Amino acid sequence: MYKFKRQFLAGPYLIWIIGFIVLPILMILYYGITDSSGSFTLENILAIASPIHMKSLLLSLKTAVLCTIICLVLSYPLAMILNSLQLKSQSFVVFIFVLPMWMNFMLRILAWQLLLSNNGILNTILETIGLPKVQLLNTPSAVVFGMVYDFLPFMILPIYNAMSRIRKDIIDAARDLGAGNFLVFVKIILPLTVSGMISGIIMVFVPALTSFVISDLLGGGKVLLIGNVIEQEFMQNMDWNMGSGLSIVLMIFVIASMALMNSYNKEGEGTAVW
Amino acid sequence: MNKKFFALGASMFTAVLLAGCGSSAKSGESLTILNYGKYFDPEALKLFEEETGIEVEYEEYESPEEMYTKYKAGSIDYDLLCTSDYMIQKLIEEEEVLPMNHDNIPGYQNIDQSIIDASASFDPEHTYTIPFFYGTVGIIYNTTEVGASEADSWDVLWDSKYDGKIIMENSVRDCFLVPLKRLGYSLNTTDEGELNEALSMLLEQKPMIYAYFVDETGDEMAAGNASLAVAYSGEAAYAQSLSDELAYSVPKEGSNLWIDSWFMPKTCKNQENAEKFLDFLCREDIARMNFDYVYYATPNTAVYDALDEETKQDKTIFPDQETVDNCEVFVNLDETGTNLYNQLWKELKSN
Repeated sequence: MYKFKRQFLAGPYLIWIIGFIVLPILMILYYGITDSSGSFTLENILAIASPIHMKSLLLSLKTAVLCTIICLVLSYPLAMILNSLQLKSQSFVVFIFVLPMWMNFMLRILAWQLLLSNNGILNTILETIGLPKVQLLNTPSAVVFGMVYDFLPFMILPIYNAMSRIRKDIIDAARDLGAGNFLVFVKIILPLTVSGMISGIIMVFVPALTSFVISDLLGGGKVLLIGNVIEQEFMQNMDWNMGSGLSIVLMIFVIASMALMNSYNKEGEGTAVW
Repeated sequence: MNKKFFALGASMFTAVLLAGCGSSAKSGESLTILNYGKYFDPEALKLFEEETGIEVEYEEYESPEEMYTKYKAGSIDYDLLCTSDYMIQKLIEEEEVLPMNHDNIPGYQNIDQSIIDASASFDPEHTYTIPFFYGTVGIIYNTTEVGASEADSWDVLWDSKYDGKIIMENSVRDCFLVPLKRLGYSLNTTDEGELNEALSMLLEQKPMIYAYFVDETGDEMAAGNASLAVAYSGEAAYAQSLSDELAYSVPKEGSNLWIDSWFMPKTCKNQENAEKFLDFLCREDIARMNFDYVYYATPNTAVYDALDEETKQDKTIFPDQETVDNCEVFVNLDETGTNLYNQLWKELKSN
C-alpha cells in the first residue's frame, strides 16, 4: 500500500520526464540520423566537420572556456571573502548574489543591451568625463561579458558551499602543527573545495557552450556560436535533421566535458545547486 | 543538471507540440484565422463577430517560416491565412491553396490594380489571393549625419565614413538583396557566381556593421545607436514616429517590394464564411481601421483616396509608382537555391 502510494506520487514527474525529456531526446536522435525522406544517414552528424560548423564549434568552445576561467578567477577569492565574513552578514551577501537570479535572465541581458549600446549609459559616462566613445555592444567581448554576468552565481555558490563546510578545527590543527597561510590554502582549503569548483565549472561551462540567446542579444548577429547555427537550422532553414544532427554532436561535447570533470571528483559530494 | 540542458534543447519540439493544443470546437459557426502578430485591429475583429455572429478564433505568428511549421503540423484546420509573397507561392506550388471566387467578394473592387498586377509573381492568374498590405525594403538614415543624396544608393552602406554605424537585416534574403541590387543583379538570382560576388561584398562590409537586426532596428535607430539601417518600410514608419531625425529612402538601384495577402488554405471548412471575412476586410471602414492600426501601405484605393494629402505624400508608407516599378517581389526558391543561400549566410555570419 505504502509502496503503491509512493509510486503514485511520482506519476506526474514520470509523465513530465517522459513527455518533455525522454521523448524529445529520442526525437532529436531520430531526426539526427535520418534525412528528410526518413532514411538512415550520418550526414547530419558528420556535417560538423564542415569548415563553417567547425569554426562556430571552436568559437563556442573558446568562449565557454574563457567564460569559465573568468568566472572561476572571480568567484574563488569572492567565496573566500564571503566565508570569512561574520555569519550574519554572510547570509546577506549570499542573498545579494542570488537576488539577480530571481529575475528572468533574458531581461537582465536586455538591460545590458541598453547599458552597453553606443548611446547607452556607459558611453554617456565616458563622454561626460571627456573620453572617446567605445563600441562595447555587438562584439565577441560583450558576449563573454554577458555570459560571465549570467553564470557567475553558479560558480560562486558551490565554491562557497564547499568552503563553508570546511571545519575550523581542521585549519586550527594545521596551524598548531606550524602550517603558514599559504600551506593551509594549498594543502587544506584548495583540495577540500575541488568538488565545489568542479560543480561550478560544469554549471558554467555547459550553459556557456550551448547558449545562443546571449550571443544573439549582445553579439548583434555577428557572433555565430554553434547554438546559433542549430537555432538557424531549425527556425530559418526548416532543416530539423541537420539541426538535430548538430545537437547530437553538441550533446556529446557536453557529456564528455561532464564525464571529464566528474573523473576528477571521485568523492562526488553533492555541492550542486541544481 | 544535464536534464535541464536536454529540456532546453528539446524545447523547440515541445513548443511545436504545444502549439497544437490550442484549438477547441465551439458551438455555432466559427472561423479560424492565422495572421502576423499585430496585423489586424482587434476592434475590427469584434465588429465582424457582432455583425455576422461568426465566432473568430484568431491566432498570430512571427515569421512566414513559423507560419509554415504551424500550418504543416496540421493540428489546427485554418480557414484563412495571411502571409508574405514567397511563402504563398510555396504553398500554391504545394497545392495547399484553394482558388477564390472574387465575385463573392464585392470589396475586392477596392483593391489597387497595380498591386494585384505585382502579385502576379506568386499568384499569376490572380485566383488565390487578396492583397492586404505592401511595402518596400530600403534605408532608414539619420538626417543629421547622412545626406539624402547619399542614401539614394546602396553604395552608402559601404562608405567607410559610417564605420560601425550601419545596421543590416538579420535574415538571409533581405540581407543579400542589398549587394545583389548594388551589383545590378536580380534579388531572385540563384546563380552561384553572382551570389558569391554578393557574399564577398557583404564580407567586406561586415567589419563596418554595428549589428544585424530585424525587429530592433526601429528602436536602435531612434536611440541614435547607428546612422544607417536596412529595414522594411513599416519599420521605418515606426522609427520615424519615435524620432524626427530619421528619413527613409528606397535606393535607385532598386529593392524588394513585399506584398502580404490573404488566401484560403486547403484546410478551410467553410468557404462561405471565409469569403464573408475577406469581403469584410476589404470594406472601406474596416480597411481604414486596419490601416490606422498597422500603418503600412494599404492597397485599398477607397481608403487611400480618403486620406489627407500629407499621409498620401508620405513616401515612407506609400512608395511612388516609379519606386514600385523599380522593385522586385521575392520569388520562392527551389531547394538547391535555398540551400545555397543558407550556406552563404552561414559563411557570412561565421567569418
